[in-house]
Amino acid sequence: MCKLCGVLGGRGHWTDSAAAPEAFAARQQVHTRARERQQRTRLVNQILRHYGLHLGDWSAGGHLLRGRTGRTALVNNLSEMWAATKNLTRSDFDPLDEDLLRSLDEY
Amino acid sequence: MGKYSEQTPINIITGFLGSGKTTLLQGLMTQPDLRDTAILINEFGAIGLDHELVTNVTEDALLLDNGCVCCAIRGDLNAALRDLLSNRQSGKIPYFRRAVIETSGLADPAPIAYTILMEPVLQHHYRLGGIITTVDAVNGTAQLRNFPEPVKQVAMADRLVVTKTDLAPDDEQLALESGLRHLNQSAPIIRVAAGDVQPASLLIDDLYDQKGRQHEVKQWLAAADGDDALVHDHADQVQSFAVTYDEPLDWTAFGIWMSMLLHRHGNNVLRIKGLLNVVGVSTPVLINGVQHIVHPPSHLPDWPNENRQSRIIFIVRHIDQDQINRSLTAFNRLANPGATSGKAA
Repeated sequence: MCKLCGVLGGRGHWTDSAAAPEAFAARQQVHTRARERQQRTRLVNQILRHYGLHLGDWSAGGHLLRGRTGRTALVNNLSEMWAATKNLTRSDFDPLDEDLLRSLDEY
Repeated sequence: MGKYSEQTPINIITGFLGSGKTTLLQGLMTQPDLRDTAILINEFGAIGLDHELVTNVTEDALLLDNGCVCCAIRGDLNAALRDLLSNRQSGKIPYFRRAVIETSGLADPAPIAYTILMEPVLQHHYRLGGIITTVDAVNGTAQLRNFPEPVKQVAMADRLVVTKTDLAPDDEQLALESGLRHLNQSAPIIRVAAGDVQPASLLIDDLYDQKGRQHEVKQWLAAADGDDALVHDHADQVQSFAVTYDEPLDWTAFGIWMSMLLHRHGNNVLRIKGLLNVVGVSTPVLINGVQHIVHPPSHLPDWPNENRQSRIIFIVRHIDQDQINRSLTAFNRLANPGATSGKAA
């Protein structure tokens, strides 16, 4: 909590459009946070499949990241998730890796 | 919490040893527009500042779990900025509408930006304004060749101020400015002598200032569309380039891609600035990042011209432009299967 103004929690993650509603005020269609969250989870899982990981819903704010061996981590945003993937797999996932990109091309 | 654009802006003035940071600050603080500015200084130099809101801070940093130097909460700075807030609220100090942090000559500006954007209390009350980097017209070229600190300071800048221009021959200044363009094509270069500069262009205009936003984006676009849009500097492996996308980008896919890129390569992504055409949003969305740190996205009320392409400027080390294009295109296609590839501007 901010002790000066009494607001709970920090600003949302920058990738969540709700964290900057002004920037997305000119949406042309109805948009809900739940739908954005579902789409994010779906797209992330297309990437994580390449590494044998899966992201699932946990609660309204968090996700459960699960590895092949059953190890899990709770994550609240994408930055936490990428950090957790390193802890679970001992490797750094690279969006410039050609093997990953070829697997994404197949979707 | 108020809107991000309404929080107190903090400018960072950085630059290598002896590059004229304090002289510049001294000149700025005489301007009537900037009398209500709080100043935080990392080291007191030989030049004194006659200003009623000056605080000294030391450089202690608390490294976070990932050990990344840019993702460090600067404990000293955090305490100093919180004290300023408390004292402003209680009326112990005059009300200030802006703060300026002058770094030491060897400082990395990234942890300062990280502290302002990520510290839970500070992010409610402050926002990051422009980063101003001073470069000495006489010694700047040699310093950029011989030291890593000024290269990073220049790459991260929103404004480049070439100081001591009255002491350097024109040909040396032109060579220096060419070198600066190689490292950072989108930051305007401002020549000053003896700290004489207009404040508005330096401190006030930025992406989150309602009046300055349009002007700022025009400068980005001029850099992205200009002849110098693709620049390689093999000597220090820093590259500055712009990529464009004809078809709208999916915001969710873009966020996944960029957060993954910054997690893996943030140390080598010195700066990202972009104007995005986002699927389903009729106004342009602006992104702005420094290493692992990304500002909340902003927007323009309208497109600046007929061009609806997304344009993103990267200043990176050891990352190839073709790799960026290939990767972002593949991620964007996950959400838009028919989307086409990006290309160099």
